[in-house]
Amino acid sequence: MSDVPLLRVSALSKFYGSRIGCENVSFDLWPGEVLAVVGESGSGKTTLLNCLSTRLLPSSGTASYRMRDGQFRELYRMSEAERRFLMRTDWGFVHQNPADGLRMTVSAGANVGERLMAVGDRHYGKIRATAVDWLSRVEIDEDRIDDEPRAFSGGMRQRLQIARNLVTGPRLVFMDEPTGGLDVSVQARLLDLLRGLVTDLGLAAIVVTHDLAVARLLSQRMMVMKDGRVVESGLTDRVLDDPRAPYTQLLVSSILQV
Amino acid sequence: MTAQPTDIATYNFAYLDEQTKRMIRRAILKGIAIPGYQVPFASREMPMPYGWGTGGVQVTASIIGPDDVLKVIDQGADDTTNAVSIRAFFKKVANVAVTTETAKATIIQTRHRIPEHPLTSGQVLVYQVPIPEPLRFLEPRETETRKMHALEEYGLMHVKLYEDIARHGRIATTYAYPVKVEGRYVMDPSPTPKFDNPKMHRSPALQLFGAGREKRIYALPPFTDVVSLDFEDHPFEVQTFDQPCALCAAENVYLDEVILDDHGDHMFVCSDTDHCEKRREQGRRGDLAPETMEPTQ
Repeated sequence: MSDVPLLRVSALSKFYGSRIGCENVSFDLWPGEVLAVVGESGSGKTTLLNCLSTRLLPSSGTASYRMRDGQFRELYRMSEAERRFLMRTDWGFVHQNPADGLRMTVSAGANVGERLMAVGDRHYGKIRATAVDWLSRVEIDEDRIDDEPRAFSGGMRQRLQIARNLVTGPRLVFMDEPTGGLDVSVQARLLDLLRGLVTDLGLAAIVVTHDLAVARLLSQRMMVMKDGRVVESGLTDRVLDDPRAPYTQLLVSSILQV
Repeated sequence: MTAQPTDIATYNFAYLDEQTKRMIRRAILKGIAIPGYQVPFASREMPMPYGWGTGGVQVTASIIGPDDVLKVIDQGADDTTNAVSIRAFFKKVANVAVTTETAKATIIQTRHRIPEHPLTSGQVLVYQVPIPEPLRFLEPRETETRKMHALEEYGLMHVKLYEDIARHGRIATTYAYPVKVEGRYVMDPSPTPKFDNPKMHRSPALQLFGAGREKRIYALPPFTDVVSLDFEDHPFEVQTFDQPCALCAAENVYLDEVILDDHGDHMFVCSDTDHCEKRREQGRRGDLAPETMEPTQ
């Protein structure tokens, strides 16, 4: 790991009118590090994620990102063109519902290839070879390449969405409940896959989840949010094994034991 | 209250009122200044249904003058309903000379073809456009497509071509084939066959596009670069035909299939009727040309 962070967030707040979305969130994210943001619904996790991924503009605060040339750029001062370019090259965004992140009416191969074509790749054979390679990496059979995601199961769609995001070799991936709505065995495979990809590619990721097991499996560090504020943050194992804030203690003790 | 028997319509020259023509001319000028950019304009109700060329008619009405010579084609033909009606319309409301000869026309309003006879400097080609947005079927949101044009995000256009190759083994789009204008805007050339795309490239004629229902005007000034999108390993190609025109024996022109009887007999003839007639006047005959004087027949 490098000693320079990839993303620096300081005093980020988002208000919806007088209501708090998230308030005064600060953290640094290092290259290759996975940060989990946990908390109950309505705690501001998704608002925070949307602000960080510039899908939403915060009310105050700053976030700066270290570009590939090593320069820090203030995210909310970039032009829209630069932000969108960043989003389809150096970043990925994995939605909870794959239909939000995929084009449901074009084939799986085109879904994976779209980012490549967006950055100027104009060789059909190479795009297709890359798509085949990525489908196999996310355990989708090669003969499904010309099928539309509509014909895929939920787990396959989610894996396709991940392939589509990772094809340009991003350095930072945002994930919003990546395993939400999947049954447990599919969840387990997906988590396994994600863990492998994150380690192999050295991705940094911010994972929003309400599932503490997901956080423990994927992340090195975690932040616990409640009512838009960060109530506790630290190494994942430390937070889960030795929760200090009363709310975290409640959260950890609420896990159902099978 | 005495009706004046006259051939010229008693309302405004070329049907539209002067304010409307002025507004449309502004849109046209803006379109010419930004080749390939879709300029919104306040499209008027015309005495014809949407889809019959209301956009093209409004553009023509705004640029036509008493000295102009108008030609109107519909799928290349001068003698189909749409072409005949629009030609008659302008003859009535503007009292202009009309022609079917490409070389003699100063304004050619077209539905989905570019004439085979090369256009020259000073001529204006007016296209009737049903759907001006090339990204429409890939991205239904107008707000988003406008942003994509503004930010030059055209990866999606290639997704469509990718899908063609994945499904059919080649780029199967044969009409409304997307083009890039002056290296900037991606543009729908209206549903002309892709056969005509190369004719748009650096054409000496001014090309104007009017979409009445969608309320957009765009333009290609003379000598504009128009490049059809493609892949390096699947380059852009135009249609080719196995046989020449059955009436005038022309090759390297766009042909229409015409069914001859109930037994499936058919022939391929020039889609450009003016071009075909000219060639037959010059004595060129295809295999199925009628009234041949050869003794064998």
